[in-house]
Amino acid sequence: MPTEYSTIHVIITIAYLLASVLFIFGLKGLTHPRTAVRGNLLGATGMFIAVIVTLLYQEVVSFQLIIAGVVIGGLIGAVLAVKIEMTAMPQLVALFNGFGGGASVLVAGGELVKATSDPGLQALIAIAASGLIGAVTFWGSLVAFGKLQGVGVPDAPVRYPGEQIVKIILLLASIIFGIMMVMDFTAIGYYWYLVILASVLGVLLVIAIGGADMPVVIALLNSYSGLAAAATGFVLSNNVLIIAGSLVGASGLILTNIMCKAMNRSLANVLFGGFGAVDTSKPADDIYANVKATSPDELAMLLETSRRVVLVPGYGMAVSQAQHAVRDLFNLLESKGVEMEFGVHPVAGRMPGHMNVLLAEADIPYDKLKEMDEVNSILEQTDVAIVIGANDVVNPVARTDPNSPIAGMPIIDVDKAKTVIVIKRSLSPGFAGIPNPLFALDNALMLFGDGKKMIQETVTALKEG
Amino acid sequence: MESFLMALTVFVLAIFVGFEIITKVPPTLHTPLMSGSNAISGITIVGAILSAGGAVMAKDIIFSIAFLNLEMSLSSLLGFLAVIFATINVVGGFMVTHRMLEMFRRKD
Repeated sequence: MPTEYSTIHVIITIAYLLASVLFIFGLKGLTHPRTAVRGNLLGATGMFIAVIVTLLYQEVVSFQLIIAGVVIGGLIGAVLAVKIEMTAMPQLVALFNGFGGGASVLVAGGELVKATSDPGLQALIAIAASGLIGAVTFWGSLVAFGKLQGVGVPDAPVRYPGEQIVKIILLLASIIFGIMMVMDFTAIGYYWYLVILASVLGVLLVIAIGGADMPVVIALLNSYSGLAAAATGFVLSNNVLIIAGSLVGASGLILTNIMCKAMNRSLANVLFGGFGAVDTSKPADDIYANVKATSPDELAMLLETSRRVVLVPGYGMAVSQAQHAVRDLFNLLESKGVEMEFGVHPVAGRMPGHMNVLLAEADIPYDKLKEMDEVNSILEQTDVAIVIGANDVVNPVARTDPNSPIAGMPIIDVDKAKTVIVIKRSLSPGFAGIPNPLFALDNALMLFGDGKKMIQETVTALKEG
Repeated sequence: MESFLMALTVFVLAIFVGFEIITKVPPTLHTPLMSGSNAISGITIVGAILSAGGAVMAKDIIFSIAFLNLEMSLSSLLGFLAVIFATINVVGGFMVTHRMLEMFRRKD
């Protein structure tokens, strides 16, 4: 930052302050669905202001590359944002996270490359931090994208002996390169070595995580992308980057924490532990000896005579794109005077709030979406609980068996409803790899088949009935 | 040192502001929160612009692109890539968040 305070500098600083305030108001708007659209627009306005005033800096002497970059990036971003299916939202958010992290790596590298005099200890440390966090974010996010999209990387966790030691060595080695770079700012090579090692670390960190643990990773990468931006703010001594970055960093951390709590696991356990060996003490066949199957017609008759219905969605609903069929069922039951509500577990789906977005897409009013605690308090007075594409989050073992891998995980107590209908293709286990005794309870009925098709057939049966 | 301490002060205070606000966001809006905050983290675009549009320094590695009549330094090339990355993040993030939030508003 220049030491003399020219008029233009004052204008830029005030504009950055305004942008920061708009970001804060923008996030505040997201605390309610009614104000959320306006909040997002405020945030976008803040960003627009920040970009425009940055062009006023005297250091900015040529505009071709800036304009070209904004046009290319803007087109890619806009096309992705418009074309993406709501079910694919987790991978899109992962991808955007990655680009944010990548930008930090590049900006910090650019600062180092053009430094003609020593940028000072703080700036150099910040450059190293931007490179480290940014590269982990970029590559970690790309792997997360690949896992969720089903391209290039297996969805299942990739584990190997000694993996934690490999990661620790990578982290230490990249920190050592960072220190060497800080000691001699002309040794630019060290920065790129640091970035390469951090890239490998990012890949290894995320490749070891899979399936139902993805919400934690996405939230964590979200936080990293913010921290990377804040680190770049320290490089440039720029407050708007620091403020925006730390807001996002805090947001990601809160979401990460919520996700971990909802699985009763520590962050370290999610990142480095994973689920252990599958418990084979009780063969699944014994547990599932009394499973009863049902049909869409029977479900329709049950619903016809119900007063209160709760539907619990899981990732399977996203996979079978059943949200619109669910909406049809909801409308039909409402018209018949049956009260229908939705119980959403915090880790249902592949990112925080995934189910809520899908149900909102299908026009389900958001006041019908109940949080876990709220829905648990009404399940005892519920006639029919329908589970669609969820498994571990409704497994009563979490309450009853202290030795289970999901022991203590808060669940949605669908077993307390008068009747539970589980729509599922087979009796295969969920992500935790354990059988679910819910399926064999006296009040449980299995509706085997594709979620969307089963709901559609139930709707047809209800209309005819 | 003083500028660092100022920056640190801002950083710590902003984290607290972030915690205060974000804890109040309901779970229903967690996905839009992620994509929206993500867009905000695209603020790195400010740094990217400064790199991409900066003057060519003597120390820098210089490329000449004859047919575009453009002299480009390594730092401006890095800045150019960073502008692309950050703009994808900003434009895509705000637009997709808007798209999602409209869905929540529809039946209000």
